[in-house]
Amino acid sequence: MPEDLNWAIGGEAGDGIDSTGKIFAQALSRAGRHVFTSKDFASRIRGGYTAYKVRTSVDRVESVVDRLDVLIALTERTIDENLEELHEGSVIIYDGERTTMQDVEIPDEMIGLDVPLKSLAEDAGGAIMRNVVALGAACEVSNFPIENLDESLEKRFTDKGQAIVENNKKAARLGQEFVAEETDHEFDYDVETTDNDYVLLNGDEAIGMGAIAAGCRFYSGYPITPATDVMEYLTGRIDRYGGKVVQAEDELAAINMALGAARAGARAMTATSGPGIDLMTETFGLVATSETPLVICDVMRSGPSTGMPTKQEQGDLNQLLYGGHGEIPRFVVAPTNISECFWKTVEAFNLAEKYQTPVYLVADLALAVTEQTFPPEAFDMDEVEIERGKIVDEGEIESWQNEDGQFQPHFPTADGVSPRTFPGIEGGAHMTTGLEHDELGRRTEDTDVRIEQVDKREQKVQTAREEEDWDYREFGDPDSGNLVLSWGSNEGAMREALGFLEESGTDVRFISVPYIFPRPDLSEEIEAADDVIVVECNATGQFADLIEHDALTRVKRVNKYNGVRFKADELAEEIEEKFAESAEMEA
Amino acid sequence: MSSDIRFTDFKSDKQPTWCPGCGDFGTMNGMMKALANTGNDPDNTFVVAGIGCSGKIGTYMHSYALHGVHGRALPVGIGTKLANPNLEVMVAGGDGDGYSIGAGHFVHAVRRNVDMTYVVMDNRIYGLTKGQASPTSREDFETSTSPDGPKQPPVNPLALALAAGGTFIAQSFSSDSQRHTEIVKQAIEHDGFGFVNVYSPCVTFNDVDTYDYFRDTIVDLSETDHDPNDYDDAKAAILDADKEYQGVIYQDDQSVPFDEREGLTESMADIPEGAPEDAMDLVREFY
Ligand SMILES: Cc1ncc(C[n+]2csc(CCOP(=O)(O)OP(=O)(O)O)c2C)c(N)n1
Ligand code: SF4
Repeated sequence: MPEDLNWAIGGEAGDGIDSTGKIFAQALSRAGRHVFTSKDFASRIRGGYTAYKVRTSVDRVESVVDRLDVLIALTERTIDENLEELHEGSVIIYDGERTTMQDVEIPDEMIGLDVPLKSLAEDAGGAIMRNVVALGAACEVSNFPIENLDESLEKRFTDKGQAIVENNKKAARLGQEFVAEETDHEFDYDVETTDNDYVLLNGDEAIGMGAIAAGCRFYSGYPITPATDVMEYLTGRIDRYGGKVVQAEDELAAINMALGAARAGARAMTATSGPGIDLMTETFGLVATSETPLVICDVMRSGPSTGMPTKQEQGDLNQLLYGGHGEIPRFVVAPTNISECFWKTVEAFNLAEKYQTPVYLVADLALAVTEQTFPPEAFDMDEVEIERGKIVDEGEIESWQNEDGQFQPHFPTADGVSPRTFPGIEGGAHMTTGLEHDELGRRTEDTDVRIEQVDKREQKVQTAREEEDWDYREFGDPDSGNLVLSWGSNEGAMREALGFLEESGTDVRFISVPYIFPRPDLSEEIEAADDVIVVECNATGQFADLIEHDALTRVKRVNKYNGVRFKADELAEEIEEKFAESAEMEA
Repeated sequence: MSSDIRFTDFKSDKQPTWCPGCGDFGTMNGMMKALANTGNDPDNTFVVAGIGCSGKIGTYMHSYALHGVHGRALPVGIGTKLANPNLEVMVAGGDGDGYSIGAGHFVHAVRRNVDMTYVVMDNRIYGLTKGQASPTSREDFETSTSPDGPKQPPVNPLALALAAGGTFIAQSFSSDSQRHTEIVKQAIEHDGFGFVNVYSPCVTFNDVDTYDYFRDTIVDLSETDHDPNDYDDAKAAILDADKEYQGVIYQDDQSVPFDEREGLTESMADIPEGAPEDAMDLVREFY
């Protein structure tokens, strides 16, 4: 059987699905296997279907696929929800003694393993451990040495005492033994372990870690799915470095606190999702006009309004690019995978301070809640560079004062970036405002000064365009005339889709773009292509619109907006069809 | 910080565009005197203001200052103070700014009790937008948007602050320069969130809550047997709808400011040139 194993546990929210799935995922990662996880969850705490899916392989895995090999079903609905992904030979582990599962019918071509999860858990010390019994059973099915679970169980339960840890280990073994001894099925799965050294984390965690690495010391936010993990990650960790997380009363306060902290000289950040971005938009203009460096992270979910809070979408692009009244200089940076969430966060802080401009760091739900394995060197902290831009200290302040000894925070320099001082620095006292202002920061309606200051702020973006590498990541066949472009989390599914496409004889050049504004100039690549497809998770093709605008050409679009991320196999199929359509038209 | 700071050092060279006679002149002068009298200088002071005639104050003062968006000055001040607790942070605004659009922030700033000062120039009207009803306007006060009066009782900001767990609640009158200065000074010296509601008459749009009205009615609590440390005394004064008081109405002398409770003492501006030395430990947590 394939190296790949696709595994899931599903049940009702409140069944401990997440933590059980995580224990298994961590065990695989510790055993040196690559892991890619995804979650199906509904916006409620108890009740409602929820699942944690793990795809694992000895090779890197970049996405989910439409396939499930082993399913732990705590409810009947779990089977129904996943029927399409189950196949001949799939194993379904369930507890037939559970009242609601007594009449479950396992489709003929699949293997149903009726394991008395609850009673075995009771034998081990408590019914609560039934999920762990199921994990043990899953180990046996997938031929994964059960000892690998032990460390994960320790990590999860050590706080609760050694006895609990031991009971859980026992529960797992009872599940394993039951399958080994009481069933006579043959399983073809084989989960090999390796000596590889991996860490397992999600995009929100990578953003939080990137923020600390980059010297972020102040974070204010208001909880919202799927951005809350950033705040939860930073809480308790940022303090070790002299920082602080503040849970504000709302998003308006969150961005204003971060603005205040940034003016005090701290590297500051806030993170939210679409509805929060809406609330922050007024202050976003102030941040830009007052030339305050700030990183604002938008972890997109399905909109508009409260939309589908727990579902995937990439629908905020236009809001991030154009949101706010008046014309607001800004950067929009969009990591395309989990390790990039880390690196682009670091970069976002550097951009913000070098250009004294707000930076939108945009991730999407699929990127934020998905966990993936990486070698620790993917986050090599020695590589982190911090560039703070033009900070003027007491020694230099005089050179930025006018004849009257007044500091000039908005002095129009050639590159558009002026000196910056923080309260506490002597000789630097000045004001900043959202009103149009002169070089001293004072309100003006003078027509010439207005033009000068607007041009100055715009010049910063121009300078950045020239000074920074607005590059992209390229995969597949560089000489192919079939060009696919995407942004955000689609990179993973698309990378895997390339494999499927190659198998079926379609060569593709794939470019993944991590910068929305400014963005790389792709006109040459587009010109060289016969056919261009832009892949994104929204209905209207917001990124495709930008590409068309830049390259003055029409592109094809593959859009998905049902709330579910692209799957590699499904994406390959759609792309193949699109390219085939064009070939037909030409023929 | 030098000891020979005078209040005029906090004056900018910009001439205020407030209407002649506006209460905000007196309010601002008192704030500058109080800052100087407490040993602050413009370079360690951060003044945040909102929008409105009152919000222009940062322009007329000389210090580090930010003039933000309508109603959101308090969170800016909180962020600044937490990021550098060594600064003197003073937030100023109007009654519309603070009790209408910013009312949510007001309540939460009070209960958060960060060591800073909040001065509200309460003229019981919207000045800058030319005379509409404000949250502190009287129920029958006729304005362009309330021809028969707002028909709602005014907000009692002091009661809001007390209910939210305020640790320093005071009121002053901008034309009583000496008392106003003293009260703001006490607010600055208070360990925690010092809140001062200042009667700061609008001579252009409010012909009811005038200088004469306040002069005639105001009662100075320091001339009564009011005990600001006594919660019940404070409650009684605050809920007494028939009187206008000035003075420190309530002060919790046990107050420990949020920044201190959180152990924040250093500026967050200084960071290493690369990732923290032990940063790989953060990665290893994900094993
Ligand atoms: C979001 C937003 N809404 C409305 C306004 C318009 N506005 C400017 S000042 C003001 C009222 C200010 O009243 P107050 O705080 O009492 O200050 P005053 O001018 O009386 O000192 C309003 C509504 C604005 N600037 N921003
Ligand atoms: S309109 Fe009223 S509040 Fe505004 S400056 Fe004039 S007097 Fe003062």
